[in-house]
Amino acid sequence: MRNFPCSLVVVVLLTQAGDAEPLTYVLPEETATLRPGPDMETARDNCMSCHSVDYINTQPPVRGKEFWEGEVRKMIKSYHAPISEADAKTIADYLSNAY
Amino acid sequence: MKPKMNRRSLLEGLGGAITGAALTNLLSAFGARAQGMTTLPFANGERPLVRYPGKRPLIQLTARPPQLETPFSVFDEGVITPNDAFFVRYHLSDIPLSVDPDAFRLEVKGRVDRPLSLSLADLKTSFEPVELVAVHQCSGNSRGFVEPRVAGGQLGHGAMGNARWRGVPLRAVLDRAGVQAGSRQITLNGLDRPALPETPDFVKALDLDHARDGEVMIAYAMNGEDLPWLNGFPLRLVVPGYYGTYWVKHLNEITVIDHVFDGYWMSSAYRAPDNDCVCVEPGRPATATVPVRRFNVRSFITNLADGARVEAWAPTLVKGIAFDGGYGITDVLASWDGGQNWSETRLGYDLGRYSFREWRIELRLPAGTHELKVRAINRIGQSQPITPLWNPPGYTRNVVETVRVVAA
Repeated sequence: MRNFPCSLVVVVLLTQAGDAEPLTYVLPEETATLRPGPDMETARDNCMSCHSVDYINTQPPVRGKEFWEGEVRKMIKSYHAPISEADAKTIADYLSNAY
Repeated sequence: MKPKMNRRSLLEGLGGAITGAALTNLLSAFGARAQGMTTLPFANGERPLVRYPGKRPLIQLTARPPQLETPFSVFDEGVITPNDAFFVRYHLSDIPLSVDPDAFRLEVKGRVDRPLSLSLADLKTSFEPVELVAVHQCSGNSRGFVEPRVAGGQLGHGAMGNARWRGVPLRAVLDRAGVQAGSRQITLNGLDRPALPETPDFVKALDLDHARDGEVMIAYAMNGEDLPWLNGFPLRLVVPGYYGTYWVKHLNEITVIDHVFDGYWMSSAYRAPDNDCVCVEPGRPATATVPVRRFNVRSFITNLADGARVEAWAPTLVKGIAFDGGYGITDVLASWDGGQNWSETRLGYDLGRYSFREWRIELRLPAGTHELKVRAINRIGQSQPITPLWNPPGYTRNVVETVRVVAA
């Protein structure tokens, strides 16, 4: 009988732990892919470490090399994306050819 | 709809212990695929419609982080935008996917006499609640229509919405903390984080006078319900009349500082030309910039889409919405002849100066193709430009909108 109050405490604690369960949210899976083209993999591996590629796919069409160089530069300068100079050039070339 | 109801009944039947959130997640696992495609009316405007947990199918701009746009037809359903249709905008991809409402705390710190660590219960029970209907709009709403096109989120008109927010005045929270003399600004941070630690965290700032105006709100409810997850659950800032960039989601940190905050999201991003038109010659850079602030005046026709057919000479209802940065809409004018003549429209019920304001007019259109236009004017005489203004980031677009209809 002396154990009874102890069990009661355990039950109460468990119930409280159950109430405090965090709420969770599940995002739909990411489906966008980059257009095929030379060096697509370099763009994919670098860009997708921070964001889905619909960021790229939805940009205005045929904006040319200056536009894409500017975007890659923004990712490096403003968002500190660790993209090497060689990769940056490869990615801008791929994007301006494929988009 | 039917299969969803069946799944819900099945799951509820399986176990009464399944929580609402768990149920939503299970449903999303079944039903998260694209619900079709839609095309926004500009080049490269094809977008999937995707159903996120707690949301109806919305126009998906990006998946990681999620950016979802409200289909324009929703704005004709009423002046309050339903929670499940409200747009979503994030900047950084490490968004919170787990929140413990009991453990969650809002920290108020920095130059205050009494640093606070407030639970949701504290906010809901130890402060006087306030309610306000206010439009929330992204600075880049309508960017896809900007010509010449500019980089950034290529949005139609669906990055806006109007909701009844409920929460606590930011002033009351700051007063409880005791802001110290000589303070200049507060910074606002939420639970969302960058994918890389080197990327600037999304932190915004408000001048202290603005933060203490009594209207800026720490909101915990939207249209009578908890904030939707993707709209900032459990707390977000509501900055009436100001662009959405200040409406920090998942708000958990307020810091009082004695200087002007110079973080990336204030000093480099969300800045527009420092002149009255917030514009430069198309294609040119801006020389001086300031942070985007108050909404300009906008108005839309919501019940007729471009290319709609109406009966010639029959009474045709034309209706829509108008809003501004909080001075209040006083007049909405409509034209059916491409802007040569304008007629006063009838304004709908006034939900407050920060809300969408409905307007309507009945027209009898002669046979032919007509350009319907709408232009709103606010209490201080501000209106909308007939031709679009341009700035490099594509912010604050508010040109008079045109809908072409065919009367036959």
